[in-house]
Amino acid sequence: MRGAPRTSAVAAVAAVAALALAACGGNGGEPESSGSGGADEVEVFTWWAAGSEKAGLDALVKVFDEQHPDVTFVNGAVAGGAGSQAKDLLQTRLQAQDPPDTFQAHAGAELQDYIDAAQIEPVSDLYDEFGLTDVFPPDLMDRLTADDGQIYSIPSNIHRANVVWSNRQVLTDAGLDPDATYPDLSAWMDDLATLKKAGVTPLAVAQAWTQVQLLETVLLADLGAEGYSGLWDGSTDWKGPEVTAALEDFETLMGYTNTDRDGLDWPESQQLVIDGKAAFTVMGDWAEASYEEQEQELGTDYSAFAVPGTDGVFDFLADSFTLPVGAPHPDGAKAWLETVGSAEGQEAFNKAKGSIPARTDVDMSTFGEYQQSAAEAFKSDTIVSSLAHGAAVPVATLTAITDATSKFTSGASDLAAFQSELAAANAG
Amino acid sequence: MATATRRRAGVRRAVRRAGAPLLLLLPSLILVGVFVYGLIVANARQSATDNHTAAQATGQAPTTGVGLRNYLDLLGSEEFQHSLTNLVLYTVVFLVGTMVIGFLWAWLLDKPLRGEGFFRSIYLFPMAVSFIASGVVWRWLLNSNQDEQASGLNRLFQMIGLDALQNNWWNNVSVGIVAIAIPAIWQLSGYVMALFLAGFRGIPVELREAARVDGASEWKLYRHVLFPQLSPIALSALIIIGHMSLKAFDLIMSISKPANYQTKVPAVDMYVFKSAFDYANAAAVGTILLVIVAIVIVPYLVHTHRQDKR
Amino acid sequence: MTAVVEEAGRPIDLGRRAAPRGRFTVGRTLRYLVLLLFVLVVLVPVYVLLVTSFKGPGDAAPTRAWNLPRVWTTANWETAWSTLSPAIARTVQMVVPAALISAFLGSLNGFVLSRWRFPGADLVFTLILFGMFIPYQAVMIPLNQLVLGLGVPSGVPSLILLHVVYGIPITTLIFRNYYMTVPQELIEAARVDGAGMLRTYAWIVLPISVPSFVVVLIWQFTSAWNDFLFAVFFSSSQNGPVTLALNNLANGALLQDYGVSMAGALFASLPTLLVYVLLGRYFMGGLMSGSVKG
Repeated sequence: MRGAPRTSAVAAVAAVAALALAACGGNGGEPESSGSGGADEVEVFTWWAAGSEKAGLDALVKVFDEQHPDVTFVNGAVAGGAGSQAKDLLQTRLQAQDPPDTFQAHAGAELQDYIDAAQIEPVSDLYDEFGLTDVFPPDLMDRLTADDGQIYSIPSNIHRANVVWSNRQVLTDAGLDPDATYPDLSAWMDDLATLKKAGVTPLAVAQAWTQVQLLETVLLADLGAEGYSGLWDGSTDWKGPEVTAALEDFETLMGYTNTDRDGLDWPESQQLVIDGKAAFTVMGDWAEASYEEQEQELGTDYSAFAVPGTDGVFDFLADSFTLPVGAPHPDGAKAWLETVGSAEGQEAFNKAKGSIPARTDVDMSTFGEYQQSAAEAFKSDTIVSSLAHGAAVPVATLTAITDATSKFTSGASDLAAFQSELAAANAG
Repeated sequence: MATATRRRAGVRRAVRRAGAPLLLLLPSLILVGVFVYGLIVANARQSATDNHTAAQATGQAPTTGVGLRNYLDLLGSEEFQHSLTNLVLYTVVFLVGTMVIGFLWAWLLDKPLRGEGFFRSIYLFPMAVSFIASGVVWRWLLNSNQDEQASGLNRLFQMIGLDALQNNWWNNVSVGIVAIAIPAIWQLSGYVMALFLAGFRGIPVELREAARVDGASEWKLYRHVLFPQLSPIALSALIIIGHMSLKAFDLIMSISKPANYQTKVPAVDMYVFKSAFDYANAAAVGTILLVIVAIVIVPYLVHTHRQDKR
Repeated sequence: MTAVVEEAGRPIDLGRRAAPRGRFTVGRTLRYLVLLLFVLVVLVPVYVLLVTSFKGPGDAAPTRAWNLPRVWTTANWETAWSTLSPAIARTVQMVVPAALISAFLGSLNGFVLSRWRFPGADLVFTLILFGMFIPYQAVMIPLNQLVLGLGVPSGVPSLILLHVVYGIPITTLIFRNYYMTVPQELIEAARVDGAGMLRTYAWIVLPISVPSFVVVLIWQFTSAWNDFLFAVFFSSSQNGPVTLALNNLANGALLQDYGVSMAGALFASLPTLLVYVLLGRYFMGGLMSGSVKG
């Protein structure tokens, strides 16, 4: 009798340990890495999980399967919060040295953090290998090249951020000309005032990042392309009177926006314009896809034009793909990057996503009307980097700018405080 | 040889007395030790460095110790004070709301009533819903548009003639956070009701009968007989509900947005810092939260022990 | 003695007294009115979820939240089901073992901590309990490295591990509090019989633990099912639970399909709702039988 309890004690402890191990072990050990250079599969990490973005990715995968039938595509898409959840998870995985084989990132300053952290490899060699050096416009190549002279990603598509979208019916109803062009912001604001009197929301906007995007186009309109770019390299003074004037314009514009803005994301504020509840919105040209999805006609239902005062300037951002350090399947990743950079890949992807190819040698004749005009503009306009999408400043600076903007637009700080916080954010 | 055997027998006896319980606890102790305390220490060490950039986070650039600098900077900044104020406001409203409503429901259901099970299930069910799921609909309900453009609850108020109740919910920069407590109260009042109801039912019938026989009024019955019996339950409800207020994060993420200044709380700050590769400040916010929790929870634990020993 | 055991093991009947029939009093009517008013208030979000889930595109818009559908359609439910069902299956695989293991560990801990007063027992309990309160975001990066270092695959296995580990404090708390109320004589009697600790646990304590197991299992089931934070960090849309899939459904789309989102939200909540509706009275019974006393 004496021995029995001890035996059962041992048995119970063993059982607990087994349970704990079962919990830990699960399907057994690490996911097996597939030896020999890992050319048999590629995990592609994106936030293209739905809508036209997913359609674009699907089209790209189709081309990939044709070009590299021996490499299996593994979809690592994470949706939500305009990529914020994906970026968050990506950061954790990179920190834990468990990178995907390749991931989506905005080209430009956003990549700098990954470069500083030695988490992505230079891909300059691949530009030579795939013959990409001369197919992208020189302005874009400049922005892709990091301080150390290396290039760290291959762009898949280009978007333009400084676009105003209007509902023509709403403008007509308010007695305004839907084809009006505005030389500068103040001319535009006159019409916004008229709309406000007519009882519609003049300008739709959504949560903080869209407000930052509006801010960047206002800065661009008031300071000009050179002055705007100078904000990021220190040659324009954040504390100067020109910036104060621009922030005053931003304040005026915010006064014309919908009160529920902070709870919306961009598709919802875009929908306000499509549904005729608001007259204008400033949004990147990915908004085109939501018009297409709802069978709206450019020129009859809606108009799109550069933000007043930014004509001839292309406020650019690009999605691109990288090669993470320690990727389990580097050869698979290279195969993917080859497809991303190829003319066929860019054509299929951008046609479905509603963006324009980064390559200049893609035949645009089969693209939509808006895309054709955007591609023309990209070739001829002055190119500047978008703030809200990480092309202009590193993530930490953008976060500080976003915080200051939200604080200002929610009424917790005045214009002077806002300006000094913006200056501080850019100082360090 | 003989002494060795005797000593071994002694050890065996001691092991059997204190060892067996410890052995049983061991798996949990190891897991909690590593996953809770190991990580707390790692976090605290992180918070005392100048690890503010991506390069430092991966060891590409050196980090140096800065002592309590990060804490002083944080606590001195207007933004973080705003977050702390929000946390306090949210917690107070959430606690008072759930306790009052939960108690009221329990009190209403205490006396025999047909359909009690129905009411209980209705009041309890929101607890089963995740914030991700309920956030989908609360985002609509707490829309801040008013008058012609109103939707959500503001629209409902118009429809039932209570236009005056319209407000801009969480978009008010000073007290907007209170609106975020509404879904939380909706979700957890039922749980508090269940606790109190269990408490009411746990009170022996004889005790009530005796008081009634003594001619005590209904109020006196509650005041002197029932409330004292309920106070331990109220306390543990407060603790369990209170620790959930730190999870306001999920709600804010699904109803408001992390970047919104109006609804900032420390957990959101931590998330934003981490996203911007500022691990030192993220860790410092984490430690501050932990200290706040400790200030509240440690006295409770001490109090509980005193009671146990009695 | 056996009577006590049986009494404690049985779910407690909540309808203590039969409700009086047919008597009309002002007080009772008032009570019903207040209760019904609260029912309406509680059901407001459910109404919006339900009607929107049956609306077609365009009809499912925030401004029409209170209107009934123009045309009733089940298309949203079909879409939501086909999107979410694989994730729901994975969530079941994750939640059931997680709840069982953490309940079992909690019961062992609770028993040991309530009955074997070894030196430092209180300290150990306090240290375990404090684990309930750590803000998980703060530990996410080292936690990720730790889980990866242990070689636990992402998805279901990682999530089981995490829900077990971070479930230990609350399960221990509930069981310990419950066992504190078990009459000492019960245990003493077993001891006199010469039963060791484990035997006492297996023969005496485990059978009377049913009410607490119900509470703990329901609690753990719900919190693991509804967890989003761990899901985001330790699984992907391919191997993750239903909250992640729902989030992708509700927040990922370019043109937000509110009808599908709301149908999906209801789908994702159905299992936990069922647990509450079916086991609600046992949950209450478990709470009553001493699990919650501070």
